[in-house]
Amino acid sequence: METIKIIFTWLNDQLLKMNWLQSLVNNFLSNVLGFDSESKIFDSVSFFMYDVIKILILLTVLIFISSYIQSYFSPERTRRILGKFKGVPANIIGALLGTVTPFCSCSSIPIFIGFTKAGLPIGVTFSFLISSPLVDLASVILLASIFNWRIAIAYVFVGLIIAVVGGSVISAFKMEKYVEDFVRDRTGLENSSDIIEYKMTRKERIRYALDQVKEIIKRVWVYIIIGVGIGAVIHGFIPEAFISLILGKENSFSVIIATLLGIPMYADIFGTLPIAEALVNKGVGIGTVLAFMMAVTALSLPSIVMLKKVIKTKLLMTFVGIVTIGIIVVGYLFNGFGFLFA
Amino acid sequence: MEIKVLGSGCANCKRLYQFTLQAVSDLAIDAEVLYVTDMHAIADSGLMRTPGLIIDGKIVSYGRVSTVDEIKNLINKANI
Repeated sequence: METIKIIFTWLNDQLLKMNWLQSLVNNFLSNVLGFDSESKIFDSVSFFMYDVIKILILLTVLIFISSYIQSYFSPERTRRILGKFKGVPANIIGALLGTVTPFCSCSSIPIFIGFTKAGLPIGVTFSFLISSPLVDLASVILLASIFNWRIAIAYVFVGLIIAVVGGSVISAFKMEKYVEDFVRDRTGLENSSDIIEYKMTRKERIRYALDQVKEIIKRVWVYIIIGVGIGAVIHGFIPEAFISLILGKENSFSVIIATLLGIPMYADIFGTLPIAEALVNKGVGIGTVLAFMMAVTALSLPSIVMLKKVIKTKLLMTFVGIVTIGIIVVGYLFNGFGFLFA
Repeated sequence: MEIKVLGSGCANCKRLYQFTLQAVSDLAIDAEVLYVTDMHAIADSGLMRTPGLIIDGKIVSYGRVSTVDEIKNLINKANI
């Protein structure tokens, strides 16, 4: 038993947390470039190099694995599976499928339209749309790498709950009528039925996964550099007292501030993780940090503008409102029970 | 022949449109290539993943940017 634990800890530290990389970077900085390892600039630069390299390595591996899995769950297939369920179970399946269905923000509207046209309840579609950007394999493993497994698993769990509850509330309010008319009319369904049956070979799945790696890295590397950059500045230069004044545990509005700051921001979860890491190191509560991350990923101005094209203001407000409240509640819960995740 | 590239205006959609133009000029065929960003048209096509490539009303590729060679093959297949 003890041996297994040692092996697991070693794997976790070296493969997931990449402790070897940290020492490599530190050695490189102090011995090759001659940085003073006690200085603030050393802290920042080391944080920056270590995080950029670590996130890019993890991301490449993880996107490949998750894209390969995702190649089995096309939106067309998801739609068929969802059609078989009703009520809250449909919301739960919707939220779960949201975690594995390939999805980039520019596809959210066609998926929304495709689901609605096929007659899926609007609430189920929203469960899917909320969980899709919020929870996926890559972000979970990165959370485990930066924080720990308990936080990663708790994150998945509350992400899914927000998606299920959000979708169920929208169902309960019977908001179908707030969808734009052209989305509801059923033209085009006959075309979609002849594109669903295509089955990929294994070679095509591997190619698809490699394509995804290239595409996603190309799309998110800027956010990662910016995110790690901000994280590095926070890490090395922003005084702890200043941060804890605004986002610290003593400020009872911290979660709300973090959520409202995060909503208009458009970034990938991978760009927000290093900021989250730096904030936690400065003593910000885990709930506050998670609320910030969830707000950035689940809601953003571009996605709200896109959704506005297919749903009416009342439904849009309800959607944004429910998700915001959900995130704030989750934030305070995590802060309150933070000792469980230390 | 009428070829349509459907997309919401994202980078991938534009790339597919460029590739399609390239494929058509390489094949030197008489085809009209349209770039469609209208939400209503996308909704009515039945596509769930953009960008989509539609040749003479039939969806031939969706959800990914096909290469120029692949597009040529798709055009040739549709031509038979």
